[in-house]
Amino acid sequence: MTPNLFILALLVIGGAAAAMTLRNLIHCALALALSFLGLAGLFLHLNAQFVGFAQILVYVGAVSIVILFAILLTRGGDTQEPPLPKKGLLAGGLITVGVFAILSGGIGGSHLLPLVHPSPPAPSEPTVAEIGKVMMLSCVVPLLATGVLLTAALLGALLLALKEKQTEPPSRP
Amino acid sequence: MNPLQTYLMIAAALFAIGFAGAVLRRNAILMLMGIELMLNAANLSFLAFARHGAALEQVNGMVFVLFSIAIAAAEAGVGLALIIAVYRHFKTTDLDHVNTLRG
Amino acid sequence: MDSLDQIFIRLKHQLVAFAPQAIQPFLSMLLNIAAIIAVFGLLFALVTVLERKGLGRIQNRRGPNRVGPAGFLQFAADGIKALIKEDIVPAGADRLLHFIAPFVLVVPVLLAYSVLPMGRNMVAIDLDAGVLFFFAAGAATELSPFLAGWASANKYSLLGALRAIAQMLSYEIPLVLAAVPVVMMAGTLSTVQLVDAQAGYWGWLPNWHVCTPWGLAGFILFMIAATAESNRSPFDLPEGESELVAGYFVEYSGFKFALFFLGEYLGMFAVSGLAITLFLGGWHAPLPWLTFLPSWFWFFAKLLLLIAFFIWIRGTLPRLRMDQLMNFAWKFLLPLALINLVVTGLCRFLPGDGWKGGLLQWLVGGSILLMAWWGLGRFLSTRRGWTKRTYRYAE
Repeated sequence: MTPNLFILALLVIGGAAAAMTLRNLIHCALALALSFLGLAGLFLHLNAQFVGFAQILVYVGAVSIVILFAILLTRGGDTQEPPLPKKGLLAGGLITVGVFAILSGGIGGSHLLPLVHPSPPAPSEPTVAEIGKVMMLSCVVPLLATGVLLTAALLGALLLALKEKQTEPPSRP
Repeated sequence: MNPLQTYLMIAAALFAIGFAGAVLRRNAILMLMGIELMLNAANLSFLAFARHGAALEQVNGMVFVLFSIAIAAAEAGVGLALIIAVYRHFKTTDLDHVNTLRG
Repeated sequence: MDSLDQIFIRLKHQLVAFAPQAIQPFLSMLLNIAAIIAVFGLLFALVTVLERKGLGRIQNRRGPNRVGPAGFLQFAADGIKALIKEDIVPAGADRLLHFIAPFVLVVPVLLAYSVLPMGRNMVAIDLDAGVLFFFAAGAATELSPFLAGWASANKYSLLGALRAIAQMLSYEIPLVLAAVPVVMMAGTLSTVQLVDAQAGYWGWLPNWHVCTPWGLAGFILFMIAATAESNRSPFDLPEGESELVAGYFVEYSGFKFALFFLGEYLGMFAVSGLAITLFLGGWHAPLPWLTFLPSWFWFFAKLLLLIAFFIWIRGTLPRLRMDQLMNFAWKFLLPLALINLVVTGLCRFLPGDGWKGGLLQWLVGGSILLMAWWGLGRFLSTRRGWTKRTYRYAE
């Protein structure tokens, strides 16, 4: 595990842990944005240029801001949460460790994974043109369905967040 | 531990933290943040398999992750709009208090 | 004249050759970074003075003329003033967020310069998804107004910050959509290949993207959205000097304020640089007999032209109100950008070659775009209708 991989992993996991345990909601959201940045760095390590930059553009540039706006719209000035009860923290730690143990048991004990060690030499990085070809030729139905889904989500979010019309007219002098 | 296992461990840790947060925190927005973390953990494991795994096509993993990012963004938008609408009615984001349908 | 064109590249190669073999890539990258920071820092200093003098002349006055010859050392005086001012942090402010907000603005903007080709072979890194990297770096700067407004513990700066973010998010969509037709026609996201696709001359007309109908419309859309993205007048409501004093960075003083200023201007240069790369042919000369001038000269000449255009617009147009801003983005620029995309696809498949194809492109594409512009302007963006003015008096 190279040093920069270690730093990125620390950023990701540290940011995620901070996002789930901090008291001030805004700090949680900003720690989440930091975690997303670390994840983008990990994606770039994995030869996925397009996906890494899309992660920054979508998650850090849009989803984090939408979460921040939602926090401000539902809380206003006071964004301090009540402190987590000790039982809550203990339960959280237990759940985290439990799920991680199950997953890593599966990863470490799998009989398929050692077959790919050592890793095949770095194949040539897929260019954006290749991703575009795959999307347009073999994955065109999911692409169009995602377009429809995004339109529906946009309209739905707008409708849900609209203020209801005033049913009574404002009183006149 | 080969690189694939390293990345999968990171993804597993991220998933575990997101899961614990989504289950335990009472604020609706924090729950949504936990769900986003779980989705990101899945994306990371997809890309790890695409790069270090035994399959020959790296592009498939990336296309899947792109779709996953788009869908997660749409879901975050709709989820937050729902939370705002619920807040307007119940005046709280605490999910334990949104219980008027409880039988 | 190849020797003058590649003078900086050869200088860099000679400097790097002094170092041992192992650290040569790092030294090369370090020299690239140092060059970018030095050049654009000096350009920032020059442009602050040029802007004040330009605005002054537009407003029938002279601008700063005391410090240095004709006032051109004003940036030094401003810099010294910013450095020696006391750094005030408000009492209820969130100290960590207050500190890192200027850096969240400046660092991604400086990163965005690494994909701009400033001359032949003069790009810091040739990414395969260069344009996407630029937009991602631009999107990462959007957290900075929020951090600044929130951490200042000031209702008014929070309000300014939310307005700034809403404006930046709304105008990011026409910005990216205006760049998509170029990517579509050139077939690549790499900035170096985009500039190479605009090489060549057609008679004496350059082969730039701005010389096509979809390119011209895209360029105009891109420049309008870029003005809004960098919070320049007429879209500078978030930092409206007569309204919110300085908007979301009102609580900043001294060097951090100067960093915000720097970040905003660097963003303006970066997005102008991208406009040059996408639409104006990068470092190519406009006429075939002018290619003896070096490529970096043409890039910076076009950059200064676009900056002068920004300054001109700032001095001329009045500020837009917030709802006018939002209407303009969502109801005018976005549909126009989508129609531009469709027209680009149409122009791709129009028959004809050479001047006949170009004429057909201009006739068909230009007429559709003009009709769309007129129609959207008339019908879609001023939907509000004037109602009878009513008065309500206090009881």
